Amino acid sequence: MEVNILTLCYLIAAVTFIVGLKMLSHPETARRGNGVAAAGMTLAILGTIFLYKDKDAPGGLHNYSWIFAGILIGGIIGTMAARRVKMTAMPELVSLFNGMGGACAALISLIEFGHLAHNNFETTTVNSVVTDVYVLNNVSTQPVATGTVLIILLGLIIGSISFAGSVIAWGKLNGKIKDYSFRGQHVMNLVLLGLLVLLAAYIIGWLPVHASLYFYLVFAMALIYGVFFVLPIGGADMPVVISLLNSFTGVAAACGGFLYNNKVMLTGGILVGAAGTLLTILMCKAMNRSLGNVLIGSFGSPKGGATQNKTQGLYKEISLADAAVVMAYSNKIMIVPGYGLAVAQAQHVCHELEKLLTEKGVEVRYAIHPVAGRMPGHMNVLLAEADVNYDKLLEMEVANEEFQTTDVVLVLGANDVVNPAAKSDSSSPIYGMPILDVELAKTIIVNKRSMKPGYAGIENDLFFRPKTSMLFGDAKKVLQDLIAEIKNV
Amino acid sequence: MGIINWIAANEQIIYIVILMIFVGIEVIGRVPSVLHTPLMSGANAIHGVVIIGAIIVMGKAESDNYLALGLGFLAVILGTLNVVGGFVVTDRMLEMFRKKKK
Repeated sequence: MEVNILTLCYLIAAVTFIVGLKMLSHPETARRGNGVAAAGMTLAILGTIFLYKDKDAPGGLHNYSWIFAGILIGGIIGTMAARRVKMTAMPELVSLFNGMGGACAALISLIEFGHLAHNNFETTTVNSVVTDVYVLNNVSTQPVATGTVLIILLGLIIGSISFAGSVIAWGKLNGKIKDYSFRGQHVMNLVLLGLLVLLAAYIIGWLPVHASLYFYLVFAMALIYGVFFVLPIGGADMPVVISLLNSFTGVAAACGGFLYNNKVMLTGGILVGAAGTLLTILMCKAMNRSLGNVLIGSFGSPKGGATQNKTQGLYKEISLADAAVVMAYSNKIMIVPGYGLAVAQAQHVCHELEKLLTEKGVEVRYAIHPVAGRMPGHMNVLLAEADVNYDKLLEMEVANEEFQTTDVVLVLGANDVVNPAAKSDSSSPIYGMPILDVELAKTIIVNKRSMKPGYAGIENDLFFRPKTSMLFGDAKKVLQDLIAEIKNV
Repeated sequence: MGIINWIAANEQIIYIVILMIFVGIEVIGRVPSVLHTPLMSGANAIHGVVIIGAIIVMGKAESDNYLALGLGFLAVILGTLNVVGGFVVTDRMLEMFRKKKK
């Protein structure tokens, strides 16, 4: 009876995950969708704690104090971290939480393999020392199914890669870890991955005497691969990597579902794995790159080193007063936000500027590049925080049609997403990525802190074009001053 | 032959996997780019179901198996972080979206 109730709990939870995800993809229902999925998750967790039974644990689970202590600790830290994090730091926090899930999956595999080794092949090895290799075909008496070992290894490998990769992504996003790459890194990554697969296949197919030893070796290699997988990737690729690792963790969770024949873990895991993969592919498409290319990790690696530094042209600066006049007397302004806006926490001031200009009869809208910021939709979340109306946010395709009739484009801390090299320079690492064609507008004002290249480390010709003028300074400060100046116009 | 037997033994699970792949793709197929970040974050929280595995492992560990207890305890903490943190962060993001509706 209790087990039947648990089955019902799991069924309800699985449905809430699907419905929740569906609701999350529509603006009006998104928040409720998140709540629905959270409620389902709570039900599944409580049900598992109190109602779970199986042949190994016929009387239900024990170690309650450990379980509750773990949930309490994780719950408190998780809530605090999520509540306190600044908007700018949200992407890296998501990456970190994702890594925690991956680590959880890897730990489950570690423990389950320990049980497996303890109960089966290691004890039998002692009985028959003569044969030093166990072929699975003659373990018909042994319940060690190839499938089980495969699933445990899969959970371990994917979970570990996801964990190590997410931690590196977290470190990179908050600037603790620098891009790092060396010659032959692609080859090394591929070799490492190949060895990993071979070793895993060896364990699955032959179940060698020292399977546990090889198992830990696989664990270590997966962690190393995760590190080297993300380490060389920089700039515009980071959102793709987080999304990809997110779907990895989904698959790792599904492995756990396979292992325990647990349908809700399977449903949730595969659902996220599939949805995450689709999201990743959509992002790759937005940047006109293949997933394989991202996987090998080629983006951040400098192609020719110092030779890339072309001679810089001259750029011109514009004073605040001039900028204010130009903007106050134009008909149509397009604001292009980027990571600089997020760093400076300037979204509220930006909204103020927009309101002020609108009062003066200027049509102000925002052009949102799909990968502006550190995550897809990063700018949307940021501007939503500042109460900017949805209708004012234009997607890239729409915005590109509007630029021709735009008087002033105000670029706020965006760089790579407006770099014309993506169109013209086939040697540029971002060549082929669709960009916002801000050059079609009459005037371009670029706000940056300095002439330093953007996150991807590429020079931007836009700054040296005749229509462009630079407005240096912290985005928040500059916008505040700009508002004051416009009020005086 | 082994593979065929394995498929037969796990028929239900394999059906779920195949169907869920399509459901996952279908469900987010037409998501507007404004919601990409919250969606990724929400999906991130959902794959926190892995915590159920951690609870099962923890709840079955023998009281003298300190390695399993320790690792299981850690797994429960990490899994909870993923679930709770994930849902709270997503809610915070979406809260900002809702405010402007007024």
